[in-house]
Amino acid sequence: MTMQFSHGSSARGAPVRRTHPDGLPDRAGLGLKPQHFAEILATGPDLGFFEIHAENYLVAGGPFHHYLRRIRDRYPLSIHGVGLSIGAEGPLDATHLDRLAALLDRYEPQSFSEHLAWSTHGGAFFNDLLPLPYNLATLNRVCDHVGQVQERLRRRILLENPATYVEFAASTLDEAAFITEVVRRTGCGLLLDVNNAYVSGVNHHRDPQAYIAALPLSEVGEIHLAGFAEDRDAAGAPLLIDTHGAPIAAAVWELYAFALERLGPTPTLIERDNDIPPLPVLVAEARCAERWIGSARPDRLEVSA
Amino acid sequence: MSDQRLFAAALLDPDAPCPAGLIAWNGSDPARRFAVYRNNVVVSLIDALADTFPVTLELVGEEFFRAMAGVFVRIAPPGSVLLVEYGAGFPDFIERFEPARSVPYLADVARLERLRVRAFHAADADPISPERIARALANPERLPTLRVTCHPSLSVLRSDYAVASLWAAHQGHGDLAQVDPFVPESALVVRVGLDVQVIALPSGGDALAAGLADGLPLGQAAALALAASEDFDLTAQLAMLLRVGALTALAQPTET
Repeated sequence: MTMQFSHGSSARGAPVRRTHPDGLPDRAGLGLKPQHFAEILATGPDLGFFEIHAENYLVAGGPFHHYLRRIRDRYPLSIHGVGLSIGAEGPLDATHLDRLAALLDRYEPQSFSEHLAWSTHGGAFFNDLLPLPYNLATLNRVCDHVGQVQERLRRRILLENPATYVEFAASTLDEAAFITEVVRRTGCGLLLDVNNAYVSGVNHHRDPQAYIAALPLSEVGEIHLAGFAEDRDAAGAPLLIDTHGAPIAAAVWELYAFALERLGPTPTLIERDNDIPPLPVLVAEARCAERWIGSARPDRLEVSA
Repeated sequence: MSDQRLFAAALLDPDAPCPAGLIAWNGSDPARRFAVYRNNVVVSLIDALADTFPVTLELVGEEFFRAMAGVFVRIAPPGSVLLVEYGAGFPDFIERFEPARSVPYLADVARLERLRVRAFHAADADPISPERIARALANPERLPTLRVTCHPSLSVLRSDYAVASLWAAHQGHGDLAQVDPFVPESALVVRVGLDVQVIALPSGGDALAAGLADGLPLGQAAALALAASEDFDLTAQLAMLLRVGALTALAQPTET
């Protein structure tokens, strides 16, 4: 009989992440961009998975489905929603949920995730992830909506922590406590966006390490890494903007290493949605993430008993 | 008013005050921080329109286009989370947009670009097989009652301006300086394989394609085409539609 013991990990605390056998592999993946479709099929880069924005693929036919089908046949897939508006005051859009359910049935992704944010109001869509006050009223609403989404999609979803630029006088909970309670009540998982944790930490003068440590890390199913832009607030303090338009910053890589020490190996997406570079540039960033994932792998010692 | 209604209204109205109840750790004016959201919303939606209407943008220049698109975004934000549908109302807006009056063909070029995006994402369908065409041609006396199904991506744009030539010149086909924009043209928009094509139609060709797309029997659609142009070449136009895969099924009324 062969047993496996985790060694070395105890010094930094045993990884706490619960893994799911049907989930994404503990490797790095890339956001799938139309300008890279043909090159991906031609060169087959060695990546753990691809991630798509669900809303871009809610179309009847044409090249998007043509290429996604072929790429899905070769790679694990994460579907990431940007339009469910889970934090909205109004009810969820049942038609949109039906469309998402059909997309998930069609491509059978290893993961589906959405955002702790709102993006619609009164029939208008704002194409941005807008912030919420963290209090009992929004907690109840978000939990209701997450529950409805999981019921309709018949699966556990991952909820992503936001990048925010303002805070609310009406908040009574900090963000980590709010997220912890959503995860506890709904059973959803967490998509830990390390860039968002860093951006919000700087913007609100909080310690991003303490923030990550306070999250329910056992429920993290995926990590996002991205680049930001730098601005200033009215008092001249740094204000970071989550643009997905730049390479990942050194400080975010450091925070990623901090998170991996606590999580163990975790599926990690390199997110790039603006100023998209050639595919090899993104593959190189994914390689960098995989080196960190490798170093977070607990040393294993096989013994026979 | 709800909190999100106030927040949403202030996103689109540059003159609205910053919503109440926003704070910053250092006590700085939250309006500067709220402006990040305002900018994200408006700029990302203008970018979406610029992606859908690249030739329209080239015709008036980036600065004019973005200013015009910014006005549109504020009065007509997307009504769907599917951004691919955004901009359906933009050509009509351009037609009424006073500062764009000096480019009278701008709205029709935008209509053509909108139809191209629609065609790009339209449902897939296989062209009619050569065998099926041969069977139909074996009974020439029954051709007038033949009903044709067009590819889901197909549409016809009739314009008082040279939309197809203007668009083609911006793809590097033909010399823009040689295009007289005031020559009426009709354009067929259809996806061939994975590529959307814009094909200038001769006089009568628009009536044929539009008639078939509306479900008219071949004989009636051909009659409309011949009424529009007495030297209309029905064989050549049908051959073109078949060659590009614009037709996906043939049926006689008695067939199922």
